[in-house]
Amino acid sequence: MSPYVPVAIFLGVAVAAATAFVLVPGLVARRKPNATKSEAYECGVEPTSDVGGRFPVRFYLIAMLFVIFDVEAASFYPWAVQMRALRVYGLLEMAAFVVVLGIGYAYVWRKGGFQWR
Amino acid sequence: MARHDLENGAEGARGLILFWLLALLLIVTAVFTVTQKSPVYSVVGLLANFVVLATLFLTLDAEFVFVIQIVVYGGAVLVLFVFVIALLSSGVGPFAEGPNRMPRALVPAAFIVLVAFAALVYGLVRGPLATAAVHPSSAPLGAAGDAGVFGSIADFGAALFTTHLLPFEVTSLILMVAVVGVVMLAGDAPPERTHGSHSPQVRRKPREREPIVKAGR
Amino acid sequence: MLAALSLDVVPLWVVVLAKSGFVLFVVVTTFAYAMLFERKIMAWMQLRPGPNRVGPWGLMQPAADAAKMMFKEDLTPSTADPFIYRFAPWISLATAMGVFAVIPFSETSGGLWSIGNVNSGILFVFALTSIGVYGISLAGWSSGSKYPLLGSVRSTAQMISYELAMTMSVIGVLILAGTTSFAGIVHAQAKWWFVLPQFVGFIVYIITAVAETNRAPFDLVEAETELVGGFHTEYSGLRFGLFFIAEYLNMIAVACVATLLFFGGWNPPFGLTVIPGIVWFLLKDGFFIFIYIWLRTTLPRLRYDRLMAFGWKVLLPVATLNLMVTAAIVAFGG
Repeated sequence: MSPYVPVAIFLGVAVAAATAFVLVPGLVARRKPNATKSEAYECGVEPTSDVGGRFPVRFYLIAMLFVIFDVEAASFYPWAVQMRALRVYGLLEMAAFVVVLGIGYAYVWRKGGFQWR
Repeated sequence: MARHDLENGAEGARGLILFWLLALLLIVTAVFTVTQKSPVYSVVGLLANFVVLATLFLTLDAEFVFVIQIVVYGGAVLVLFVFVIALLSSGVGPFAEGPNRMPRALVPAAFIVLVAFAALVYGLVRGPLATAAVHPSSAPLGAAGDAGVFGSIADFGAALFTTHLLPFEVTSLILMVAVVGVVMLAGDAPPERTHGSHSPQVRRKPREREPIVKAGR
Repeated sequence: MLAALSLDVVPLWVVVLAKSGFVLFVVVTTFAYAMLFERKIMAWMQLRPGPNRVGPWGLMQPAADAAKMMFKEDLTPSTADPFIYRFAPWISLATAMGVFAVIPFSETSGGLWSIGNVNSGILFVFALTSIGVYGISLAGWSSGSKYPLLGSVRSTAQMISYELAMTMSVIGVLILAGTTSFAGIVHAQAKWWFVLPQFVGFIVYIITAVAETNRAPFDLVEAETELVGGFHTEYSGLRFGLFFIAEYLNMIAVACVATLLFFGGWNPPFGLTVIPGIVWFLLKDGFFIFIYIWLRTTLPRLRYDRLMAFGWKVLLPVATLNLMVTAAIVAFGG
């Protein structure tokens, strides 16, 4: 039997437990809503504007850089478990990979991509 | 559960049921994703879609692809989508009202689907998939020994770093170009400091301090 | 554990179901007492008695908290998206619980004490954690309120940045062990725990683990001075409690992973095999949780720009350098 079968069963139990936890408040918690209670919290002041407004493009930059470097990180796993077999050959392969990406990394640093404003 | 079990008995029947169940879920989540008005519901649908697809990979013994599907697509690409949604419209609810683009999009979408389906059928009938001998490993998935187990991370590494080394190294170039592109798009000029630097304060010697002046009378 | 229970009369899936329920029960109980432990330790460090009213030494405090949480009013802001608002804590909790499916707790002659010892081990944990991020980002978005949205976008950026450094920090261990399965990694540490050859990786892992679980000094998610409660500002009662449980479960999980990757899992130190492996595992786990609490009471919260710069400019290159050096040593020496 694949070891993923018990894992799947466990995940099923976890999901069921989480679902139960999510449903409990609907059953036992008191609920007496009024206009003030269901207002969005703003330190007691009535909200003056909608949530709208724009976000710094920096968050977008971080997310894009994360996608790129996450792909890089993903390629490290198969390499790492094979390192003992690949030896110097593997080291040189990965060194070439890291150096090329390192140039990109240095470029971002130089351009202030990691500088939060 | 594994593909090579499809050929034998009860295990095979169970595998087939699992396949159809996952395939059905995959289509349901995909349809959910494209029919939602609010972009965040689409994100939730796509997340479910990615997880189901990853599970489908797992039933094919492709353990590494399963993990990467979730980590890279589910964990990274989709976070980018969430940020784009936050960037464009931070409010709850659908994007600004506009004309319903569904009817117009239907024709090109149907065309693409038909072409892709035709290619798939052609590939199955004529292509190498149907004729190539499949060599399923007899070892169970996730057995004690890592290497040699079909679809394992170790085997993936062995293939990627010997036979398919060139694509791997080319990937690094593509990623570098992507990094530069990202900075060009979103990074713009080096930042102006808006909140001063601490270093002059830290580096200042005690004797450089402002002279102490007695308050006048 | 499996061998002891798998009588021929009971189908295997029933055994697994029972084991799953047992592990989840233990894990949730551990959460409850980890919380009490934290409050007691913090009180001790801050020279105050801490919770001591409910039961002897306050031992029934978690039960009282749970009961209170359940009956508290469940508020949903009128501006919220009700479905996703309820769905978000579900994601956080389910993924936090799911991690324990692949964690082996000990090993005896009867076999491994785990639900499933999958080959992908540590990668499976990373996969679940990367989905867990959505709990926070969807909670912030669906509240339809300003502070939660700001807090969630901010913390999502923080979590993905540190996730990267965390990934890089464990690759050194994978090189040394040559496998991603937890059991394999622990077996590779029979002689030397990886904390010695991978000290740099260990430090980076611990720092990123604190940031990943949004704990002090990286708890910018709930920086109450600027963001009120962060992403869970609008949540009340048990729905808030679910995020709370998820946070603690994540903390216990990263402590388990640290134990398995760097502290030899259930391997006893100095050949002290008299004490069973599970006891060592729990001791090491408790040690990491104590470190967490200690950090929380000692260090002030970081500023957001410092936090991001630290992740990208220090931890990521240090972790990468560490893994390349490890690879070089393995390539030329080992």
